[in-house]
Amino acid sequence: MNSAPELGFIALLRWAWRQLTSMRTALILLMLLGVAAIPGSLFPQRNQNPQKVDSYFTSDPTLAKWMDRLHLFNVYASPWFSAIYLLLFISLIGCVLPRTITHLKAIGKKPPLTPRNLDRMEGYRVIATDPATAIESARFWLKSHHYRIRVEGDSISAEKGYSRETGNLLFHLSLILILVGVALGSLLGMKGEAILNVGDRFINTPTSYDNISYGKFQGQGSLPPFALTVKNFVATYDAVTGQPSNYILTTEISDPIGAAAKKVVIKVNKPWTIGSTKVYLQANGYSPFVTIKDKSGHVTFKGAVIFLPQDGNLSSLGAIKVPDMVPQIGFIASFIPTATSSAARGIFSSYPEVLDPRLVLSAWKGNLGLDSGTPQSVYSLNTAQMSKIGLKALTLGSTYDFGYGTIRFDGWKSWVNLQIVDDPGKMYALFGALFAILGLLISLFTRQRRIWVKVGEGVEIAGLAKNGIPGLEAELMALTRALEEGEK
Amino acid sequence: MSSSNLAYFSNDAIYACLAIFTIAFLAHAFEVSWSVKNTESSDKTEFDFSRTNRAGRLGTSMMILGTGILVIADVTRGLSAHRVPWGNMYEFSITGALMLAAAYLFAFAKYKVRWLGLPVSISVLLTLGTAITVLYRPSAPLVPALKSPWLAIHVLAAIISGGVFLVANLVAATFLVMERYELKGERPIWARKIPSLDALDQLSYRLVAFVFPLWTFAVIAGAIWAESAWGKYWSWDPKETWAFITWVAYAAYLHARVTVGWRGRRAAWLCIFAGSTFLFNYIWVNIWGTGLHTYSGL
Ligand code: HEM
Repeated sequence: MNSAPELGFIALLRWAWRQLTSMRTALILLMLLGVAAIPGSLFPQRNQNPQKVDSYFTSDPTLAKWMDRLHLFNVYASPWFSAIYLLLFISLIGCVLPRTITHLKAIGKKPPLTPRNLDRMEGYRVIATDPATAIESARFWLKSHHYRIRVEGDSISAEKGYSRETGNLLFHLSLILILVGVALGSLLGMKGEAILNVGDRFINTPTSYDNISYGKFQGQGSLPPFALTVKNFVATYDAVTGQPSNYILTTEISDPIGAAAKKVVIKVNKPWTIGSTKVYLQANGYSPFVTIKDKSGHVTFKGAVIFLPQDGNLSSLGAIKVPDMVPQIGFIASFIPTATSSAARGIFSSYPEVLDPRLVLSAWKGNLGLDSGTPQSVYSLNTAQMSKIGLKALTLGSTYDFGYGTIRFDGWKSWVNLQIVDDPGKMYALFGALFAILGLLISLFTRQRRIWVKVGEGVEIAGLAKNGIPGLEAELMALTRALEEGEK
Repeated sequence: MSSSNLAYFSNDAIYACLAIFTIAFLAHAFEVSWSVKNTESSDKTEFDFSRTNRAGRLGTSMMILGTGILVIADVTRGLSAHRVPWGNMYEFSITGALMLAAAYLFAFAKYKVRWLGLPVSISVLLTLGTAITVLYRPSAPLVPALKSPWLAIHVLAAIISGGVFLVANLVAATFLVMERYELKGERPIWARKIPSLDALDQLSYRLVAFVFPLWTFAVIAGAIWAESAWGKYWSWDPKETWAFITWVAYAAYLHARVTVGWRGRRAAWLCIFAGSTFLFNYIWVNIWGTGLHTYSGL
């Protein structure tokens, strides 16, 4: 009594599994994945372009909120995208594994028996040749054309292109390997960024990063222990176009921390590798160096402040904050590496290298708002509780007296942005990709066909081309010719 | 020759190509249209290919000559910048046009598809024309992120695939047009030299099957390059996303043909759809898209 609904349930599960693992479903899922990828290319993605996402929120908050609920700003990590991806993964496994087993079992097996009625097959013909020698010469011809042969009485069943299925399966199994690699990377990987001035030392611990994110199963303690000191950074530019032509970062790395330092050069396409972790040179810019004194001549701030580049000629914006003065002082500043001025644009940078630098300052006094609890960007000044007290463009080495003290433009340093990435899955993805191509080549360029020769009243031959691939007719013609000539 | 002389030489060669492909286009147009012979005795138009055969041969020789000069233009462009000639949209376009022309010559040598010369020559003309007028950039070295051997490999594979995809699309479009004629009655005279529907159908499939592995490789080489430049082999930036979509679309096409048995009109539309995703990527994403793939001012 009880077993009936249970059986029904199991049957239902079976049915669902068969549906999920049918090739048709897999293909539909694959198409869906393609379609689902589209919105991510049309709307800004939070991890790629957060500013643009913010602009959606300011221009139409209600719409943006709805879009956010549908994960349109984070498509590739959204539940619906992951769902398609996972279903495809399961479907592929369920579809391909049984086929692989069948295929492996078929290795070394002979081709299936010659069917009784050849006249229903493609390219059926009866040829004029001596039945006595036909089997032997057909066998010879088929062998030399790489057919697997089964001679049974007075008929031959021959098959070629077995490797097509091998290629097919290799390709589809490789797809699974790629998916595994991608999954490993996102579950066990990590990615972080750190901005360092030339001369800075970086210790690879979570607190040294400006931002860091871990895969779901990656613990914090797993960072490889090394220390890196930025020794020198050189950027060269094309003198005519101002486009960068080369970046060379020279570092000294102690691996592990405390070991003898070795010199390592990192370039844009040449990261430094430690285990499955790599250190990339990602971006660069300038940090102006300033000294600020209060009225009594006491130094209240001295150091290099990281500014963010705004254009190809590296005009850079930043904020200098001095909380230890009364009142608190802040500067909104731009650093111009090669100053040029025009009536229309004021002072601007005409070349990315530092040839004639300016530090343009707007000075503010009041409350910096640093202890309000909400975190603040180090690159901008919150002027809500401040008032402006002056504006000044400084040349290298000059000093500006803003009334409550002085600021001196001492010099500048370069900074580099290092991206540190650990992706333990990428080797799987790479090998998956390479095997996929191999499988694809085998499968697309192998022709699978069968040929039968039967000696009865006459000599009959016929064939079958899998998937309607052309060329069977020509092959049958060649065999016919061979048999007829064998006659003479 | 100095670098800038080489660059000027390359530009001149491109202009020469424009002229030569124009002649090729006219010759092919002449070939297909001039075979029509109006006779008063019959109400049906007759045609005579003997008198257009020479025009056809002229078209082919111009295609060969034009492709040869395009090779020179492309190589000198690369030499002038001391690198491979595919660092910005202008260079992608001229190299892409070269690949399209070369794919045609290959198909011509193998399958005698001279009639394809008409759509191919006009496509090459349009590509080169927009390249030299709208997309032109002076020859310059690469920004650091583009300096990688994988760039050369990835972009070359992508451009070749693109050229062949375009030819496959032209064939599929021809199929659709011819099919319409045949459904309505018979083909007009200018179209009688074009191969049978069946042959067209097969040809577009073979072209796609032939380059699909190469396109797969192009995507993978791109991922390898991205890994060495940005630290992530796949970031779903618009360019990558659309490359993936193109790949999925062609995979769908191959499956539809091989495992579901689609032929003819449905397959042709699917082929054209897949090719359009490639064009969309090339045109829309390169020019209006944002992302890591935005190159030095195109
Ligand atoms: C992800 C992209 C995919 C691509 C590019 C792809 C490509 C191919 C190719 C090129 C073939 C060769 C067909 C032939 O010539 O025999 C093939 C066959 C096949 N594919 Fe896929 N495939 C993909 C996904 C899938 C998925 C998800 C499944 C199933 C779960 C699947 C199942 C099959 C099967 C069963 C065959 C053999 C069909 C036959 O031999 O009749 N494929 N596939």
